[in-house]
Amino acid sequence: MSDEIKPDALLDKIDYKTPTTDWMSTSSVQIRPGMYCYSANPKSLDTLDMPYSRKWNPLEEDWKLPENWQEIIHEGLKTRLERFRTFRVFMDICVRCGACADKCHFFLGTGDPKNMPVLRAELLRSVYRNDFSTAAKILNKFPGGKSFSGSRSMTLDVLKEWWYYFFQCTECRRCSVFCPYGIDTAEITIMGRELLNLLGLNIDWIATPVSNCFQTGNHLGIQPHAFKDMIDFFTEDIEEITGVDVDPQINKKGADILFITPSGDVFADPGTYTCQGYMILFKYLKDKYDLNVTWSTYASEGGNFGFFTSHETMKRLNAKMYAEAKRLGVKWILGGECGHMWRVINQYMDTMNGPADFLEEPVNPITGTKFENAKSTKMVHICEFTADLIKHDKLEMDISRNDNLVLTYHDSCNPARGMGLLDEPRYIINKTCKEFYEMPENTIREKTFCCGSGAGLNAGENIELRMAGGLPRANAVKYVHEKFGVNSLCCICAIDRAAFPALMEYWVPEVDVIGIHELVGNALILEGEHKRETDLRMEPLPGVEQTKEEDDE
Amino acid sequence: MATAEMNGATFEIDEDGFLLDYGAFNENWIEYVRGQEGIDELNEEHTKVIEVLQDYYEKNGIAPMVRVLSKLTKFKLKHIYELFPSGPGKGACKMAGLPKPTGCV
Repeated sequence: MSDEIKPDALLDKIDYKTPTTDWMSTSSVQIRPGMYCYSANPKSLDTLDMPYSRKWNPLEEDWKLPENWQEIIHEGLKTRLERFRTFRVFMDICVRCGACADKCHFFLGTGDPKNMPVLRAELLRSVYRNDFSTAAKILNKFPGGKSFSGSRSMTLDVLKEWWYYFFQCTECRRCSVFCPYGIDTAEITIMGRELLNLLGLNIDWIATPVSNCFQTGNHLGIQPHAFKDMIDFFTEDIEEITGVDVDPQINKKGADILFITPSGDVFADPGTYTCQGYMILFKYLKDKYDLNVTWSTYASEGGNFGFFTSHETMKRLNAKMYAEAKRLGVKWILGGECGHMWRVINQYMDTMNGPADFLEEPVNPITGTKFENAKSTKMVHICEFTADLIKHDKLEMDISRNDNLVLTYHDSCNPARGMGLLDEPRYIINKTCKEFYEMPENTIREKTFCCGSGAGLNAGENIELRMAGGLPRANAVKYVHEKFGVNSLCCICAIDRAAFPALMEYWVPEVDVIGIHELVGNALILEGEHKRETDLRMEPLPGVEQTKEEDDE
Repeated sequence: MATAEMNGATFEIDEDGFLLDYGAFNENWIEYVRGQEGIDELNEEHTKVIEVLQDYYEKNGIAPMVRVLSKLTKFKLKHIYELFPSGPGKGACKMAGLPKPTGCV
């Protein structure tokens, strides 16, 4: 089993040597267990009316493709070149300078040259040149012309290579930061995956969550009664810890604000503790400022794995956010700690499913702050919201409850590079904790390293890929752990919270994973709460055991 | 389609060895997973975990989150790992015949 590869052995496997042949002359792609995800369950594709649903195995020679698959790809490519001007520009303008080559975590963690963003893009670009570039068509008539123009015909080998490498990219966009032309390589992967979906070639870790989300409202397939059951479970735990019934509101018509977060926060540890943090905050705001925030069992997913499938699928899944806000009659929407959700919201939602002219331009009713950046989307990031409350001294907190934490902060890729959310999370951390250390400059803020499991790649069967891709991030965490004694990695993304525990266990086992609103939930002082003995994880608060011992003496 | 066999019974399974049809669950399936998991002998605690998982799954259509499983069985997570070496998902859920958990977890 690939997940038995030990860290040292994985490090030994990394080989940055330049291949002896030109990249187009390398041998056929070798799809290797541990590095790929299982193919989509045909039932999941059927619920979405996606084409060519069938059982197929990436390791087998025959992928059971439709007979005219080359024509489908050619037409699909043509349509997208006409529809998306960015795509056409990105196909044309790359000068292959190589600035992006060593910026990708998958390249750094594997040494595989086809994981250089430029080369991953070239897999598609070579077919684009062959089929659509006039200059290349002329050149290709001469001997050696194809190699000179960098064009390739669309063969089964090329298709398999596309599939293997477009599902070895997390669309994190670190490479784009370094591209002198501003080519967004994530968009090339997005197009590559969209084309693969025309042939029914999705992976199951994306297709089944998308199908679940389409049918029940969230990736995990949590039905409304189960969703409420989970929220109730957190309510009981919070009451045990604080003595206060936080009485969350669900599907509440006429609430001020609709809150939407990834379903991972409701289901998977340690995100569940962040979820409890949100609940404590909303209770605090209800008691103190009479602000009504509601959850929804319909719009019960912030994340959008449709984004990793096709534009149309993304749109279908995203539509429920505005629809639910309209149904409930709220003023605006507040969004939780999620990664790619924010790229969908900031870059697409407004024009895709808007305009949401039935909502108000978001203003924090407690501080009067206008969230100018959310003027058109009508959706505010909870870190902006909470940072604003703290800045205006609206939250009473006991931050000594976080004294056991020595923190560092991972900028989750999409909020950092997709919406510029860089300072608000740091502001909250600094106001809720005493010890915070930054990782090296080259690995944070816009230049943050991906967790290695985003864009639908956080499955179990590709664990070697995930551990290799997460190496640069883990290496930076290891550095601050060793230098400053950092024991907690803070992040604002549900995939991070799901992926980092395994990554830390593998590379830096002494470091735990925590969300920002878990810090807030620990620190906030609720009206009428009893003396807290534990944090949200039901671990003794710093100093509590010591005090008890002193009391005993 | 991959299959697993135990005492003459055949089960259809997925890539990771999870039962494809929950309705096909029976004692032979438990026996099969017991062998796969390397558990010497099943005791009342194993049975309790399986019952709790199945009860929750039948009501909710998904496996419970780990914290809920822990609360309902009154077993700490560490103890669940002692009972099922592959853990609550790959071990216990598999033995209970639940489908493989898929999603943002």
